[in-house]
Amino acid sequence: MPKYEPVLLKNMSQPGYTGTLDEYRKTGGYTAFEKVLKGIPPAEVIEIVKKSGLRGRGGAGFPTGMKWSFIPKDHPGPKYLCCNADESEPGTYKDRQLIENDPHQMLEGIGIACYAIGSHNAYIYIRGEFDLGAEIIQRAIREAYDAHLFGKNIFGTGFDLDVVLHRGAGAYICGEETALLESIEGKRGKPRTKPPFPATHGLYQKPTVVNNVETLANIPHIINRGPEWFASFGTPKSAGMRLFCVSGHVKKPGNYEVPMGITMREMIYEHAGGIRGDKRLKAIIPGGASAPFLTEAHLDVKMDFESIAQAGSMLGSGAVTVMDEDTCMIWAAMNLMEFFHHESCGKCTPCREGSAWLLKILHRIETGHGRMEDLDLLVSLSKRIEGRTVCAFGDAEISPVLSTLKHFREEYETHIRERRCPFRPNAVLAMAGAH
Amino acid sequence: MKLKILSDKARAAIEAEFPKYPDKRSVLLAALRIAQNEVGYLSEAAMIDVAEILDLTPVQVYDVATFYTLYNLKPVGKHVIQVCKTLSCALVGAGQIIEHLQNRLGIGVGETTPDGLFSLKLVECLASCGTAPMVQINNRYYENLTPEKVDRILDDLRREGKSSLASGPFQLPVLGGKA
Repeated sequence: MPKYEPVLLKNMSQPGYTGTLDEYRKTGGYTAFEKVLKGIPPAEVIEIVKKSGLRGRGGAGFPTGMKWSFIPKDHPGPKYLCCNADESEPGTYKDRQLIENDPHQMLEGIGIACYAIGSHNAYIYIRGEFDLGAEIIQRAIREAYDAHLFGKNIFGTGFDLDVVLHRGAGAYICGEETALLESIEGKRGKPRTKPPFPATHGLYQKPTVVNNVETLANIPHIINRGPEWFASFGTPKSAGMRLFCVSGHVKKPGNYEVPMGITMREMIYEHAGGIRGDKRLKAIIPGGASAPFLTEAHLDVKMDFESIAQAGSMLGSGAVTVMDEDTCMIWAAMNLMEFFHHESCGKCTPCREGSAWLLKILHRIETGHGRMEDLDLLVSLSKRIEGRTVCAFGDAEISPVLSTLKHFREEYETHIRERRCPFRPNAVLAMAGAH
Repeated sequence: MKLKILSDKARAAIEAEFPKYPDKRSVLLAALRIAQNEVGYLSEAAMIDVAEILDLTPVQVYDVATFYTLYNLKPVGKHVIQVCKTLSCALVGAGQIIEHLQNRLGIGVGETTPDGLFSLKLVECLASCGTAPMVQINNRYYENLTPEKVDRILDDLRREGKSSLASGPFQLPVLGGKA
């Protein structure tokens, strides 16, 4: 028996469940959509979501109901809802599971969200690599149209809704909401300067909400079971159950749906089975590659937005990457810096050039060519990137560097002093200079 | 205007996307995918055709085609192997898989086998971190890889053009936090 009753993973954990419309409806699917369309005014739906305390599951954790309430009510033209299915934050693979195993749960959430903000057009932006996910969503959308759950005059209420699947083509940055909008508009995915915010000037310069897959999948449950039920899980400021994606050196990697606020120790040792080979834990990235590294000393930190932030990291996308005692921290930081360097969209000079310089310095330290003054240089470079870019990517790309320097400075010094990597004498370069 | 290289079928497939958006330009990403599927890669002629169909300038198309990693601006092999090299995969053996693929195929990263069957690319996180190491080959994922499994996949692809070892919908290894 699971320790916590699954919510989002409930249907798919039934034997034989494949996520077709018929199966989804047998579990009570689309009754929440029908209920709001037939009897709950949009403003009240927004109030319910606000009251639930639901915060965005994509990474930033912005309160969902509040985001919806920013959409101007009297706007005469079209408004848009975009579902962010661009899941690309390293370590994160929960939306893929939600999409592939129970697509209608997300689609019902989209329907309710559109009704709440007065939108008749939704775009699902799915990363280009998710071919199977795209096929599954496309099939589910067709089923929903055929059953008159999408299209014209839904449930005879006069509410119309068109839902379109838009496929990306390979670019991490398109998960950033304004880059996502640019990409739907057929451009390079480069983040926009804010303000104006998408709530007033989003897709095609119209009022737009962008919500993550998991965020939207929660909506039908909040409508059906009430905001108090949702808020009864987690902590007062981090309400609800949440999917955590555990990967790396654990015995049982997987997506675990647990209430927010359990400790990292429970997550790693109880749910994910502990460290492979019963080795000692060395480092944890608690919220995707953009989140600073934490250490064994942080195992009792609670996994909610506030506690993780207080410990110096962030909950981000809920991707927990675990590293054992044999992992070289400079190699790990360099791996992520390769990622950031490759994915920087190039719009802002500090991010574009800075990522290249940080990577170059990490590479020379890892390969035994580092200098002691490189350590200060890494910090001063990072401080010149931080806060000087259009989107949060610049702040993200410095986190592996600064956090490994903070917690593992000795390891950097050993590399420089001994002119070699004590952990990976030969292996580094299999992965370096990959692109 | 007559198209240079794209077929009428490709043009029709691109035009079928128009009703989904208020603006033709929004079809660009899909159009490039359709063009690439037909031609095998995005040749200059293919990009000029896409520009023609969408009423864009060729440079607007080129601008986008060079931004996204799934567009190939040069010819590639029949099976494009994209190995995830980001941290979660790297921690559990992506390096070994990359090395194994290079040895088995006799090519380096970014190259194509002389018979035109396989291209090898390294890519960033493909959202398959709990089933690492993994690769994407054309439109399917292959997960929980070992060198032996890689050999079987390559053999299947050589023999039949596809492999039953491709992943289906997400597998549920563990659910809801087992105590």
